[in-house]
Amino acid sequence: MARIVVVTSGKGGVGKTTTSAAFAAGLARAGHRTAVVDFDVGLRNLDLIMGCERRVVYDFVNVINGEANLNQALIRDKRTQGLSILPASQTRDKDALTFEGVQAVLEGLAEDHDYIVCDSPAGIERGAHLAMYFADDALVVTNPEVSSVRDSDRVLGLLSSKTRRAEQGEDPVQEHLIITRYVPERVGKGEMLSVEDVGEILSIDLLGVIPESSAVLNASNSGVPVILEEQTDAGQAYDDVVARYLGQQREHRFITEKKGLFGRLFKG
Amino acid sequence: MGFLDYFRAEKKTSASLAKERLQVIVARERGARSGPDYLPALQADILDVIRRYVAVDEDAVRVQVEREGEYEVLELNVVLPDED
Ligand SMILES: Nc1ncnc2c1ncn2[C@@H]1O[C@H](COP(=O)(O)OP(=O)(O)O)[C@@H](O)[C@H]1O
Ligand SMILES: [Mg+2]
Repeated sequence: MARIVVVTSGKGGVGKTTTSAAFAAGLARAGHRTAVVDFDVGLRNLDLIMGCERRVVYDFVNVINGEANLNQALIRDKRTQGLSILPASQTRDKDALTFEGVQAVLEGLAEDHDYIVCDSPAGIERGAHLAMYFADDALVVTNPEVSSVRDSDRVLGLLSSKTRRAEQGEDPVQEHLIITRYVPERVGKGEMLSVEDVGEILSIDLLGVIPESSAVLNASNSGVPVILEEQTDAGQAYDDVVARYLGQQREHRFITEKKGLFGRLFKG
Repeated sequence: MGFLDYFRAEKKTSASLAKERLQVIVARERGARSGPDYLPALQADILDVIRRYVAVDEDAVRVQVEREGEYEVLELNVVLPDED
């Protein structure tokens, strides 16, 4: 039985695709057969972040419509063994994803994968709903900023009412918080909500904090999931996220201010 | 500015303002989510009735369902305007 993990947020541009790519690559690197699925119909981007955009032949909607089978559409990652990508369609038809179609594709993927990571589009419309509907776990990606936190709370409400698990009265979707684009220095100055603030408001399990990092842009420029850039802060933070998800204990890093020479001299 | 005000003023950073605002709006939206489906319509109707007698703000009426032990209590809050 594969576990289905949705990466969701409500708000756009908070780091869902970055997180989906890193998380899926991390699971595969840990030896789990993992598929990462782009649900952002019309705005395909996961392929670029994963560096496989030139290998896209068929997509999610082609499989739903029976124009290709799953095997033809899945792209096997060249760097990480056991990782495959199902790209989104670039169609402008918003209804291209059907409930039955998504269900069939996820069932097909479940046959030979351990994890299926669903990269949700922004918003709370059809695509976002279908991305979360079949989930067992949810990674709720949140920036330390008012509109993102509010939207995440909204999404938590949907996860507990508009999902298969909720509708069938099963155990609820397990919700995990990932705070991204965190700047400890700004938190120190009282300009940015802290990890504790966001945690207190959303009150769900904190899986990890990803610092604001130039490594993310660099990794996306070259089409490498940032978790594979092992020397970088964001890469290490995502590595911790995957390890914690898989049950390891890891201290939270990158949540306190980096002390410059000045800071070291005066703050002791 | 008094001695205490100085400390209070210093504590009120933009992040703490953000947190306070979020706590209020999130609590309100959760209340609306968890209550029965008719709550928003009920709230609008009550607002209409009150407005026949007093000019109140759009957000002057708050209706929510609270659970107290075995009972569900419909809580109605109306903020009347200040008298000039
Ligand atoms: N930790 C981070 N540090 C710096 N930039 C980031 C970070 N996470 C995401 N970004 C940037 O934010 C933008 C949106 O990220 P993306 O993952 O596409 O978000 P979403 O999928 O939620 O729309 C991208 O330009 C990405 O490079
Ligand atoms: Mg995205």
